[in-house]
Amino acid sequence: MIRFESVEYVYPNGVKALDGIDLEIRDGEIVAIMGENGAGKTTLIKHLNGLLKPVKGRVLIDGVDTRNVTVASLSKKVGIVFQNPDDMFFSESVWEEVAFALRNFGYDEEVVRRRVENAINFMDLAGYADKSPFTLSGGEKKRLALAIVLAWSPDIIALDEPTIGQDMLQKEKLLQVIKLLNSQGKTVIISSHDVEFIADLKPRIVLMKRGRVVADGDAEEIFLNEELLRSCNLLPPQLITLSKRLDFIGIKPRLYPPRELAAEIMTRFRR
Amino acid sequence: MKIIKVKDLGFKYAGTDFYAIRGVNLEIDEGEFVVLAGKSGCGKTTLLRCLNGLIPHFYEGEFEGRVLIDGVDTRECPPHILSQKAGMVFQNPDNQLFALSVEADIAFPLENLGLPREEIRDRVEWALKLLGIEELRKRSPFELSAGQKQKVAIASVLAMKPKILLLDEPTSSLDPVSAKNLIDAIIDLNRRHGLTILISEHRLTHLIPHADKLAIMDGGRIIYFDDPRRILKEDVLMYGISIPRVVEVAREMRRIGGCIPFRDIPLSVEEFISGLKGALR
Repeated sequence: MIRFESVEYVYPNGVKALDGIDLEIRDGEIVAIMGENGAGKTTLIKHLNGLLKPVKGRVLIDGVDTRNVTVASLSKKVGIVFQNPDDMFFSESVWEEVAFALRNFGYDEEVVRRRVENAINFMDLAGYADKSPFTLSGGEKKRLALAIVLAWSPDIIALDEPTIGQDMLQKEKLLQVIKLLNSQGKTVIISSHDVEFIADLKPRIVLMKRGRVVADGDAEEIFLNEELLRSCNLLPPQLITLSKRLDFIGIKPRLYPPRELAAEIMTRFRR
Repeated sequence: MKIIKVKDLGFKYAGTDFYAIRGVNLEIDEGEFVVLAGKSGCGKTTLLRCLNGLIPHFYEGEFEGRVLIDGVDTRECPPHILSQKAGMVFQNPDNQLFALSVEADIAFPLENLGLPREEIRDRVEWALKLLGIEELRKRSPFELSAGQKQKVAIASVLAMKPKILLLDEPTSSLDPVSAKNLIDAIIDLNRRHGLTILISEHRLTHLIPHADKLAIMDGGRIIYFDDPRRILKEDVLMYGISIPRVVEVAREMRRIGGCIPFRDIPLSVEEFISGLKGALR
């Protein structure tokens, strides 16, 4: 369980990035933090493992106040995959990079080997095991960053803008990974402004603007509210916009998957 | 007139053991709006670098074939001359901006060209107006939003008065409203000012209805180069392209119904609705 209680955060340059966040995320939830560039999404994510600590209020991870523990001890529970993976690599090979955190957590070599293999196979990186992380393409680096976190299997996994610069195939893979992690009971938190990706995932959405939570609800409810989305510099997913204009054939506005919407339209044509 | 001519182009970066692109042939008419798509690593960025001369002048490697930009062979023309024919905007505007004010940033390359002061002033003015960012002129580029920065980056490229604008995933880090504003500005440059546009993107929803041509790359080659309506009739999902959702729905309707009430695949919500209404009449 994650609890933000009236959390405020001010960067050293005086910018108030979080301005009174109250938020509760239960175990096993998928939550998308959405909002425009600069809304405070990344700052919020950095509070999950204590990288940043509240200036006011507090963040509780399973009842533990992040101000009272080290990032290292929180990291076992919370894994964060950052937007720019270059910032986190330093090993000579992909294999070593994934193994590093596991060794730090004190697992013995056999467990390390098994977990590293699983993680890099799962993220389609087996062919790169001996390569330097810095020779990978942007998309491969993102997959490596995720493999590192998967290997130590924390209960809470946060992904900061995971779809930026990713093609459709990589996004589909990511969607599968998120669903799989969730089916294992993990809590997944995603910051994103990629409305089409989030529409496929249909999670709970927490909408942020200027450091505050302005809405919190299920994906359909939030995406149907175009005025609210636009006030946060977001646009509705295309099929919401389409379904809103199909009342002339009796279709109600909803967050349809493409296949379902196609079937709905065709039944009306057959009649 | 073909403003871009690419013949049997191939390039292998120094230190790598494979060709990033190979056997690429491409001809683009002056004033065309071309969208370049394909999965990560398919060669889009390498192709764009070849078109503005960064390859072979800046990146080392093995170059084969020929690229003619506005009739000039890129191998024989220095990059600073080429940049007055084909300007390039990158994914991350921070890499392109450095001056203390927006105006100074746009003026900098012009000063490098040794243009007279009045000419520089006129061009800066023209470029600011073209992108609708006159009110940002005195601001520091670094305090702007990501979308505004990208517009400044485009303005500074346009001030060189190129005929061709090359854009490499310019909206990928922008939120949806900023991305759409930027794309609207780019479409406007094409429609009203006749600029030839070649833009690589993953998110095609707002771009594709305006594209004259869609080029799909895979494994360093161009697999398709045609009117997007024709290409999207086929199944191109394996090339990692996120096609507009309305296209997915229309294709699915055709699959389950045998036929669809559309003559053309609709590329936007507008086209979808008007196609459907036409069929009901």
